[in-house]
Amino acid sequence: MFAESDLNARNKRVQGLFRMLFLMMTVLLIVPVAIILFTLVSKGGSVISIDFLFTNPTDGMTAGGIFPALLGTVWIVAVALLASVPLGVAAAIYLNEYAGDNWFTRLIQLAIINLAGVPSIVHALFGVGAFVIFFGFGTSILAASLTLAIMTLPIVIVSTRESLRAVPQAFREACWNMGATRWQTIRRIVLPNAISGILTGVILEVSRTAGETAPIMFTGAAFFLPFLPQGVFDQTMAMSLHLFVVATQVPGVPEELPFGVALVLIAMVLIMNSISIAFRMYLRGKKKW
Amino acid sequence: MPEASSTKLASTADFDRRDLDWYIDKVVQLIVFFAGISAIIFIIGIFIFITMEGLGFLFEDFTFKEFFLSPFWEPSDEDAPEYGILALIAGTASVTGLAMIVAIPFSLGAAIYIGEFATGKVRETLKVLVELLAAIPSVVWGFIGLSIMNPLIIDLFDVPVGLNVLNAGIILGLMAAPIMTSIAEDALKAVPDRYREAAEALGATRWQVIFKTVLPAAKNGLLGAVLLGVGRGFGETMAVLMATGHAVNIPGSLFDPVRALTATIAAELGETAVGSPHYQALFTIGIFLFIITFLINLTADLIVRGIRKG
Repeated sequence: MFAESDLNARNKRVQGLFRMLFLMMTVLLIVPVAIILFTLVSKGGSVISIDFLFTNPTDGMTAGGIFPALLGTVWIVAVALLASVPLGVAAAIYLNEYAGDNWFTRLIQLAIINLAGVPSIVHALFGVGAFVIFFGFGTSILAASLTLAIMTLPIVIVSTRESLRAVPQAFREACWNMGATRWQTIRRIVLPNAISGILTGVILEVSRTAGETAPIMFTGAAFFLPFLPQGVFDQTMAMSLHLFVVATQVPGVPEELPFGVALVLIAMVLIMNSISIAFRMYLRGKKKW
Repeated sequence: MPEASSTKLASTADFDRRDLDWYIDKVVQLIVFFAGISAIIFIIGIFIFITMEGLGFLFEDFTFKEFFLSPFWEPSDEDAPEYGILALIAGTASVTGLAMIVAIPFSLGAAIYIGEFATGKVRETLKVLVELLAAIPSVVWGFIGLSIMNPLIIDLFDVPVGLNVLNAGIILGLMAAPIMTSIAEDALKAVPDRYREAAEALGATRWQVIFKTVLPAAKNGLLGAVLLGVGRGFGETMAVLMATGHAVNIPGSLFDPVRALTATIAAELGETAVGSPHYQALFTIGIFLFIITFLINLTADLIVRGIRKG
């Protein structure tokens, strides 16, 4: 055995010190959020009940439940998915299966990065200019959902592309050698092998879409509506905007109410994300190649 | 043509595979191509539509000097409306700046711990936690600033109002940190393992490997992570709307309320008439935001790509 020199010992100490420091930083990043979540649960937990989830707000939104907002968020998310999932998956298929490694593909990638980086309020302005005014959808679920669809398109594209890339090239080559066309290969071999990965990305998109506020404020979400939406050209309430409204715009709201709304919203988002993460881990464990 | 050869050699018509599947393949190729370029179309569309709506202001009331150098944002003044965004820029810059002071050390530290120290279950758990933190919606963060940070700051620092640069900066920092952690960790992961192995073979300890080998190699990726964090802070809307105090003000201290560019649009767009100078001025702020974030993202992308090429 070698005897430990002074230098070894010192190095070890420094190493331990740095390890500690970085661990502390990681913990400090997570602890405040844990405290905040705990506060949300302890203050908002008492508000949550079946009634709270399934009744209308009453008394100028100072009492009652959140049903119209909950349902509105479901509407907005569903319509947004209908638009962005086919488009995003198709775009990812193009990028991974057809596009070459050239300047044009680089340009598309740059556009995707920028689409994800444009501030949400600028997406809102675009939604107002394009969907509400230019295409004449008015402030409606359709306008709000399309705005969100464009905003969350990069999530679908990036995650779909990742899962397409994970399908081994040999699978495709085997299929081509049988005389299949590119599309037959994609439909019969690539997509079935990538579908679960794509689904993971879609769930992630649901969570993101449900939480966004700024893009829907002026394109389709209303502060308060006495009726439920009947179609995509109606306005609707939404969970995220409802939290903003009861927290800042309505006087005389009991203190716990916004905490309850925040808790439901955050629970929706985190549950969606957890499902997506769990699904991804399950798939990783199951992978055969 | 002799009969024997026509049976042995297939004519070109036999090689012609233009059957239904062939046509479907071509159609699909066209469809996915258009889907592929949709991102470019949308980026151009965003720019065109917000410019179209803001154009009237740019031609009539816009003067470069007033817009960028006047600290007075008084668009609803009947007699002499003033459209100066200097105070709004100061608001956004101060909040984003503080957020970065909070987020950069913690996110880089956390990325190093998760990427280089932690192993197995601990690492997986931390990664999941960071991912979940990044998912909390901005309106919830804004609400946290309003209802939890606000009374906390009032108590701790004995100030009358807790909605200020400090509050919004911390909130924004907590918001940006998980995203920056993820990107920074990716940058560390992009450093080839043989670098680490080579350093370890020379007798370097773990932290020596990190400081002398991994960090220099991942420098560009980490810088890219920071820049994306800046872009994120710059464009954040709901959280800064709710936590800054929303007063047009060039901040002199951490406890001054400010107003951000994004929050101004969010707060005022609903109250303005379509096509009015005020409405168009808000779209002009949008153009400004679009260009700034575009430049930030472009720079981040170029820096990150720098390492891949070099």
